[in-house]
Amino acid sequence: MISSIVLVKQVPDTANITGNVMQEDGTVNRAKLPAVLNHEDRVALELALQVKDQYGGAVAAVSMGPPRASDILRECLYMGADSAYLVTDRKFAGADTLATSYVLSEAIRKIGPFDLVFAGRQAIDGDTAQVGPQTAEKLGIPQITYVDAILGVKNRVLTARHRIDGGSEVVTCKLPALLTVLKDAAEPRPFKARRVMAFKGAKSLLELEKMAEGNSLLYIDKLVHEFQSRSMFIPTLTMDDLQLDPARCGVQGSPTKVYKVESVVLTSDGRQSVPPTKEGLGSLIDQLLADHILG
Amino acid sequence: MSSREVWVFVELRNGRPADVSFELLSKGHKLAQAIGGRLLSVVIGRNTSSIGKETFRYGADEALLVDDPALEFYRTMPFARVMTDLVRARQPRIVLFGATIIGRDLAPRVASATRSGLTADCTDLQISDVSYLRRNYPQLLLQIRPAFGGNIIATIITPDNPVQMATVREGVMEKHRLEDRGNGVLTKIPYTAHDIDGLVEIVEQHREESKVNLKAASIIVAGGYGLKTKENFGLIRDFAHVLGAEVAGSRAAVDAGFIPPERQVGQTGTTVRPKLYIAVGISGAIQHRAGMQESNKIVAINTDPDAPIFGISHYGIVGDAMEVIPRFIEVYKNKLK
Repeated sequence: MISSIVLVKQVPDTANITGNVMQEDGTVNRAKLPAVLNHEDRVALELALQVKDQYGGAVAAVSMGPPRASDILRECLYMGADSAYLVTDRKFAGADTLATSYVLSEAIRKIGPFDLVFAGRQAIDGDTAQVGPQTAEKLGIPQITYVDAILGVKNRVLTARHRIDGGSEVVTCKLPALLTVLKDAAEPRPFKARRVMAFKGAKSLLELEKMAEGNSLLYIDKLVHEFQSRSMFIPTLTMDDLQLDPARCGVQGSPTKVYKVESVVLTSDGRQSVPPTKEGLGSLIDQLLADHILG
Repeated sequence: MSSREVWVFVELRNGRPADVSFELLSKGHKLAQAIGGRLLSVVIGRNTSSIGKETFRYGADEALLVDDPALEFYRTMPFARVMTDLVRARQPRIVLFGATIIGRDLAPRVASATRSGLTADCTDLQISDVSYLRRNYPQLLLQIRPAFGGNIIATIITPDNPVQMATVREGVMEKHRLEDRGNGVLTKIPYTAHDIDGLVEIVEQHREESKVNLKAASIIVAGGYGLKTKENFGLIRDFAHVLGAEVAGSRAAVDAGFIPPERQVGQTGTTVRPKLYIAVGISGAIQHRAGMQESNKIVAINTDPDAPIFGISHYGIVGDAMEVIPRFIEVYKNKLK
């Protein structure tokens, strides 16, 4: 039996930028990008589910993010996760990877004993690949990054293959451990129609509170109880629930600060249009030969 | 006031320093000068003395050597522990790692343990006095990196932390060997094994020595998904052959199986800056641009006149590659006659 926790993140879909999110000034309108489950996290979940299929156990998905991140947690339930947790608090906003890994490591401790923590190698919005290793460090467990295959688990020792600079390496690791997963590691399974039907109504505490708006506190307790009994509840973990040190959360707990942001502007200033004719190409080639770039 | 030391973690592959480590030493040398400090190399491995001496040629004033047969191959746990202990003990002002697999495995672990700020994948580093939230910070490290899939360029600072850490992309800093430079100080740091070092053990390693060296190419012809089929992609190879160029591809071309991953240019592939980069059927997603926009001259061939690649190209050719390339080859061959 192997109990796994998978860290998942909701990200703007920067991988599929189409014309309709490009603005007049050549920058990307980030607000228009759809919010999706980070692909490598989906692969991480698939790998965790494969481990469960083979060795038994349970898989919990955990996401730190704004309330709407419950969308991707429902997707995790559709894929086969046994439970899903939303780690959210206004005071987490603006967290860098150090603050994020602090919150996530405490959430993982709270959720309970685990053998493996899975995460995608990196999220496509920040591309830092830091939260996984930093979470492992805070949990005091070893990590294997850039995993592309799990070769087996025996006597609480995991064997995995991972990418290294200029090749690959097979390692063994005593559990518990944290793995960050490459996109080639597995093909994420499609949602099961049965599970979509079962879990599309799963709700986080915040969503239930919205449903109960205007009603008494007693009513919200009843709703939570009802959703829990049908395994339709996505528990919410806040700063208070996790008894966190506010000085280590959010902006306050983040040593790195964004000092300046410049949008990358695409302009065609200074570009020379070359007609695709023999003459056009000829003068381009002449220019490149004269500049000693060709020849 | 904390120390004025700039550290570079020297990454070893098969016992030799990775290129990126020399690139970082050259950059670190300039950063150390800018803050009136010293540059230190940190070499963890086996037989490190000669490597330590080599780092003096790239500007290091001192080399910290942690030498033990158990450290011959990189493993997260002992390396992170050793590096963490060193950072805690000596409190360097700046620590740089290559944004390689090893660097991205090690740096976050060390940053977490020492609660230091860490910025990933920087493409530029500068020293500047900074005014931030109405406070003045002298000589901060500006950590410049593309973010959001390359749509924005962010400048990150670590204002209130004694240690500023960053990983830096391979190939973006220039390495510069210094002539007539005296030797620095070799400092040997004893290594004592610890139980946690053995939690992860290496069973076997496969090294695929890549014969592809896109970074060294002076001309690159790169194809994208716009070529539609693997057969059409053959034209890119012909074109490259005629020009004496290396063949490369976008991520989409790699994903479609047109070209092997070691030839991918872009944020998740190789960063290149050749004399001439010809992008064929590449729309110019930011991931791709991040890997080639520093090229000296960029020629784009694309059927879509609105393709973003034209925004960064010096010469734009709107047309079907299947027609344009044979014509280009013909005209070029005639010129050379």
